[in-house]
Amino acid sequence: MTTRRNFLKGCLAGGAVAAAAVAPEAASARETHQRPPEALGLLYDATLCVGCKACVAACKQANNNPAEFSTVDKLWDTPLDTSGYTFNLIKMYRHGTSETKDAEENGYAFMKTSCMHCADPSCVSACPVSAMTKDPQTGVVGYDPDACIGCRYCVAACPFGIPKYQYDSPTGKIGKCELCRHRTKDGHYSACAEVCPTGATLYGKTSDLLAEAKRRVALKPGTWTRYPRGRIDGPDQSYEGQVGNYLQHVYGETEYGGTQVLKLSAVDFEKVGMPKLPPNSSAATSETIQHTLYGGMIMPIAVLGALAFVAKRNVAPGEDDKGGE
Amino acid sequence: MAGHQHAAPAPVGGQLLNTTTLICGVLVAMMAAILLTRFLFGLGAVTHLNDGYPWGLWVVGDVIIGSAFACGGFSVAMLVYIFNKGEYHPLVRPALLASLFGYTLAGAGVIFDLGRWWNFWHIFWPGYSNPNSVMFEVAVCISAYIVVMWLEFSPAFLEKFGMKEQKKKLNRVLFFLVALGTLLPMMHQSSLGTLLVVMGSQVNPLWQTPAVPLLYLLSAIVIGYGVVLFESCVASSAYRRQIETNLLQPMAKVMLGVLAAYLVVRVGDLVVRGALGNAFQADLEAFVFWIEMALFVLPFVLIGSAEARRNPARLFLAGLSIMLGGVFLRINGFLIGYDTGPGWNYFPSVAEMLVTAGMFALEVLGYIVITRRFPVLPRAEAPAAH
Repeated sequence: MTTRRNFLKGCLAGGAVAAAAVAPEAASARETHQRPPEALGLLYDATLCVGCKACVAACKQANNNPAEFSTVDKLWDTPLDTSGYTFNLIKMYRHGTSETKDAEENGYAFMKTSCMHCADPSCVSACPVSAMTKDPQTGVVGYDPDACIGCRYCVAACPFGIPKYQYDSPTGKIGKCELCRHRTKDGHYSACAEVCPTGATLYGKTSDLLAEAKRRVALKPGTWTRYPRGRIDGPDQSYEGQVGNYLQHVYGETEYGGTQVLKLSAVDFEKVGMPKLPPNSSAATSETIQHTLYGGMIMPIAVLGALAFVAKRNVAPGEDDKGGE
Repeated sequence: MAGHQHAAPAPVGGQLLNTTTLICGVLVAMMAAILLTRFLFGLGAVTHLNDGYPWGLWVVGDVIIGSAFACGGFSVAMLVYIFNKGEYHPLVRPALLASLFGYTLAGAGVIFDLGRWWNFWHIFWPGYSNPNSVMFEVAVCISAYIVVMWLEFSPAFLEKFGMKEQKKKLNRVLFFLVALGTLLPMMHQSSLGTLLVVMGSQVNPLWQTPAVPLLYLLSAIVIGYGVVLFESCVASSAYRRQIETNLLQPMAKVMLGVLAAYLVVRVGDLVVRGALGNAFQADLEAFVFWIEMALFVLPFVLIGSAEARRNPARLFLAGLSIMLGGVFLRINGFLIGYDTGPGWNYFPSVAEMLVTAGMFALEVLGYIVITRRFPVLPRAEAPAAH
């Protein structure tokens, strides 16, 4: 009888754990984080970009990164993708004859690749040692190599493929855009926005940038409007420009709870390499599961108690002495 | 449980130097050379890892699959001490030993893969650790389990060195170690699956689900029994001992029960999420999904009847099938069904494979040395007649 009773107790303990695992939508569901009110970011407008790559060069300089070569002669910096040494890149979309700028058919378009500074970043949730952190005021996602253990979970987690690792070094670090947070104390801002000749990359508070983005997509294509350059709240460097054929979608407004870097494009975002993402972040899903199971360590301690109670009855004192006989 | 009559564990004895241990030694030496290169020149010097596939054979193979293969100790100890099935007691020590090696090496193997390994201790340091991270839970929990397992296994060493006092003291808290040794694998084996969740839509819907912790936990328990079947057959044949069919037969039945539960959750989850359509597309993901499912269903065909479960060859194949199913479930989720966009490819380098082989060789070597010199396997009554 004792055996059967204990067996049933064991079943109960096991069942409790199983039930806990299948019920992640419990009370402690973690909502997707939103941008902090003072969040800083960039607005990239692909219709304004001329592909000069001044931002790529400025980013290299500002972050003290070496050139990367993809041509035989190795004359100048020619990275094909962002890497542990290239935090910002302008990529090109080409279709058919590549005749018309910002046309999906027989056209071409540019797209900036750099950290989106998510409202609810996967990399920050993934990092086991808080080497990836989100600044509570500016919302900038920063990286601390002195904390990092190099597990590359952030690399695997990011839906934009942004954190990259330096595989060629025995002491490799993660490389990613930190919105030039190291340059703000000298009165500078993101180097890519500072040098952009057309205002395609604009720096500022994300709330201001979002308003500017919405203003642009509401304009009639082909009409003329003023485009600011540099930083949106800085000295006036604006110029008169023609309104592009915008898609009615500000990329980053709602993706994964919103990002601090926003993007405008005339060509389908998926075609220029920006993934389709739901409004809920995967960090929220992951942390909901973790906190449901481990919140306050209540569940593990309860299960441990149940297991210890059952084991105490089943592990006869000195039972292992049999081994010594 | 004192009522159960079974042979006490005893050292197998015999030569330590033979062809098997020699081959293992060579493999371990090769691994050491590759690892030296890795630590001097970086991960890129020996691996095919890249930013599209930042985790390769060492993480997915050595740690995620390796630790699942090391669940024999957990699965059998749970059966014996939690479900009070004392008759399986002779299986505990050998299973625990294999688990001990599997986990200790998986834990050590993590260091080879860490790009900034000298900071590893940050995981345990309150100022750095991030409890929101699934990786944090996995790392802390596996580390704790390795310590618990060494303590659980220590009676074998204490017996050998005749430390009766220490053994008595340990026996008084053994129940608590057993409870911890059951809880901790439940926690991290499920979390190893949860690692996928934050990767979002980069993981194919066939493997990206909020039910993934339960799937990984159930599959780890099943793999634990599968590994015991596999190892019992291998150990019996290698040491020319009678196979413990009288124990393996009913244990295999328990295994099929948990496996059935796994399959119900697996298929139910796909149906509920509406992801089953992905299994009927003409792509690689659908193909490997069906291989995975076939391997998990095969044991029902192989050892469905009590008659078939008395056949050692069938038990061995069923164990192997479960282990391979577990390999596919994990590789499919973390590598084949993981897509970071066009242009990224990964297949492990020869050096990566040699390190994995070296780790496995080290496990086999340790198992041989310890079973031949320490009381682990049940005392053989008479040599097997085969």
